[in-house]
Amino acid sequence: MPTTLISKLACPMPVEQEDVIQMAHGGGGLKMARLIERHFLPLLQNEALAQLGDGGVVEFGPSRLAVSTDSFVVSPPFFPGGDIGSLAVHGTVNDLAMCGAEPLALSAALILEEGFRKSDLDRIIASLASAAAAVKVPVVTGDTKVVERAKGDGIYITTTGLGHVRHGVNPGPDRAMPGDCILVSGPIGDHGMAIMAARHDLTFDPPLCSDSATVLPAIRQLLSAFPDDVHVLRDPTRGGLATALCEIAEASRVTIGIDESAVPTRPEVRAACELLGFDPLYVACEGRFIAIVSEKSAERALRIVRETEIGCAAVQIGVVEGTDTARVLLTTRIGSHRRLERISGEQLPRIC
Amino acid sequence: MRHLDEYRDADAISVLLRQIEARVSRDWNLMEVCGGQTHSILRFGLDELLPPRIRLIHGPGCPVCVTPLEQIDAALEIAATPGVIFCSFGDMLRVPGSHADLLSVKAAGGDVRIVYSPLDALKLARGNPQRQVVFFAVGFETTAPANAMAVWLAAREGIENFSVLMAHVLVPPALDALLSDSDCRIQGLLAPGHVCTVTGWREYERIALQYGVPVVVTGFEPLDLLRGVLAAVTQLEKRRARAENQYERVVSKNGNLSAMRVVDEIFIVADRKWRGLGEIPASGYEIAPDYSRFDAKRRFGLDLLDVPEPVECLSGLVLQGKIRPTQCPQFGSRCTPETPMGATMVSSEGACAAYFAYGREPVAMTVGGEPAAVER
Amino acid sequence: MCLAVPGKVMEVRGIEELRSGTVDFGGVRRDVSLAFVPDVNAGEYVLVHVGFALARIDEQAARETLEALRQIGQLEEIPPEEARHATP
Repeated sequence: MPTTLISKLACPMPVEQEDVIQMAHGGGGLKMARLIERHFLPLLQNEALAQLGDGGVVEFGPSRLAVSTDSFVVSPPFFPGGDIGSLAVHGTVNDLAMCGAEPLALSAALILEEGFRKSDLDRIIASLASAAAAVKVPVVTGDTKVVERAKGDGIYITTTGLGHVRHGVNPGPDRAMPGDCILVSGPIGDHGMAIMAARHDLTFDPPLCSDSATVLPAIRQLLSAFPDDVHVLRDPTRGGLATALCEIAEASRVTIGIDESAVPTRPEVRAACELLGFDPLYVACEGRFIAIVSEKSAERALRIVRETEIGCAAVQIGVVEGTDTARVLLTTRIGSHRRLERISGEQLPRIC
Repeated sequence: MRHLDEYRDADAISVLLRQIEARVSRDWNLMEVCGGQTHSILRFGLDELLPPRIRLIHGPGCPVCVTPLEQIDAALEIAATPGVIFCSFGDMLRVPGSHADLLSVKAAGGDVRIVYSPLDALKLARGNPQRQVVFFAVGFETTAPANAMAVWLAAREGIENFSVLMAHVLVPPALDALLSDSDCRIQGLLAPGHVCTVTGWREYERIALQYGVPVVVTGFEPLDLLRGVLAAVTQLEKRRARAENQYERVVSKNGNLSAMRVVDEIFIVADRKWRGLGEIPASGYEIAPDYSRFDAKRRFGLDLLDVPEPVECLSGLVLQGKIRPTQCPQFGSRCTPETPMGATMVSSEGACAAYFAYGREPVAMTVGGEPAAVER
Repeated sequence: MCLAVPGKVMEVRGIEELRSGTVDFGGVRRDVSLAFVPDVNAGEYVLVHVGFALARIDEQAARETLEALRQIGQLEEIPPEEARHATP
């Protein structure tokens, strides 16, 4: 039996690979934020980009145009509740909606891996077309590239959307104000858990379904009724609700208070999270949005969103508390508090 | 969720907190052994709800944190071998070895797969007879039966393309190592409830007796943890030191005999090096001679060299419960989950990472702020 | 260490080491090995870790624990004089 351990203090210094990109850089967390901050922003400086919203807004004569682009690399390309094709449309249409814009047109650029099945490609394009038709947004241009086998993950799709920002509407991540109410349009974590289950061959009964959908109908209603009072719109994709709220808190420099028991999750998503050791607050959604609205409009805003199909389960989950520090404070179910921070990369299933 | 939500009930939790408050008359240091317990404490903010006189020290109960560099390097070497399907629990994917981690091996083309259960790895072996499937068997005694069963089934079905890289560790020897240290601050233990579900808690009776500390077998939900704290504090206030079980709904004194039978058949106890604690005799499992053909180290001809670890960060002190993560000068500044310096920050269930994730602010290291040495 | 979750056994298949069951975790169901809980039957609750049931959940013990806490909670609401005479 060892008698003294102090002399055996040992801890490895992990080799930090500063010169190469790692998976965590795409995780939506801190590493990605730093990458953008240090490698992109300094070289691409402009006012629109500096906002770091879901899309960029530029003036066009008397109007404002919103542009949003997103690359979809989801694996597997087919999952319960959707596929990479429909996801690619919903993702960009939703980002335009978060800017308060009506989508005008989409482009779709495909990167296909040599060996990818044509039948799969057909299914995906059909799904993409269907999703675009449902919101009456044409795909007006595209591009196709093929890369060698093993240089791509089957199929990557980049969609770019152009939209016309509603007059008088100006949501932005830096516009949250003390007293504002924080609404979420429905239960969180569906998409991320569906992908996790599909990717790691975890069969659940019922199968976990992605919430991939367009939130445009609910946003339209909300902005028609409250063009001025909707301060922030954000869709909690990679990194989940917590990450989106952290970004907003930082951009607006406010303290956000969230009530854990008010945050909705589907029972199956909750159970899957417990089994795999996931925190639903950090799991991606693809058919939800956060709306931060003025206190006086909150009750009516909630009602209006609830009348839409996509927003029928909307609830208020918190308030913007103050402006001393930028942070997100969670009040737990049992009345204690903890700070929500950004996480480094993706959550992985754990046994501990 | 039944048998889960009831143990997160706010009213019941308040009752226990009040009871603990009423019982405490002086400062006490308790160690919760298991990383999962640490997670739960921080996730539910229990350390903030407890009276300040009760100080929770986080123990070495994190199999990821304590897996030594050479073991990770062995895993990386096997994972990078062409034709191998390397299966691991998610926890291990981001833990760095000397030069890389499993995720980067995957990025470089290694077939690294996350599995939820060792049976998933076995399934892969069945379905890919041309490939070597290797499973990274980390964990405490809780996971040993599952890992042993995978080997047992492989032997029975003749799945010869399956092997296991053993990195199992045992809790009681680590507790012996900690408690026998003359500088030890721990006055009471919250023993790992799920380990005890498998092994029973007889060995913890020996520990309570030998070191004169109350040992309470404790579960993982807020209610379980608070009941564990209450029981430990009650003993301490009455100057008692015995083992007791607060996780009665799943833990019995003898544990799960059918599980231990399989463990005893497939594994043997061996010496094991623990990151941050050094080599502890008889503190791990290796594969028993009858099943040695399933030992990945043998199959791939690997000799685990002793990889020297630079003494730079204070992970070791954290693992020994001597300091809290927030007392490390590097915490939150040089050392964050983004820029980790040691295993306790790299691993998501490491004490430092858990502290960071749950928003604990760094505290100043004050002179005299350390609790006084304890008479036991 | 040791993420283990409670679930209800819905149906049981196989024998001995290959004994397994569908377990309901209050929202999803998964196949779980019951090799280590040979006496557990459908309708009972088990604790599951990495796809294996490690123990039956003793419903009575659970009930007693929660009931004891409930009673203490109720006792706390009784004014001090009466509490002295109340049976714990």
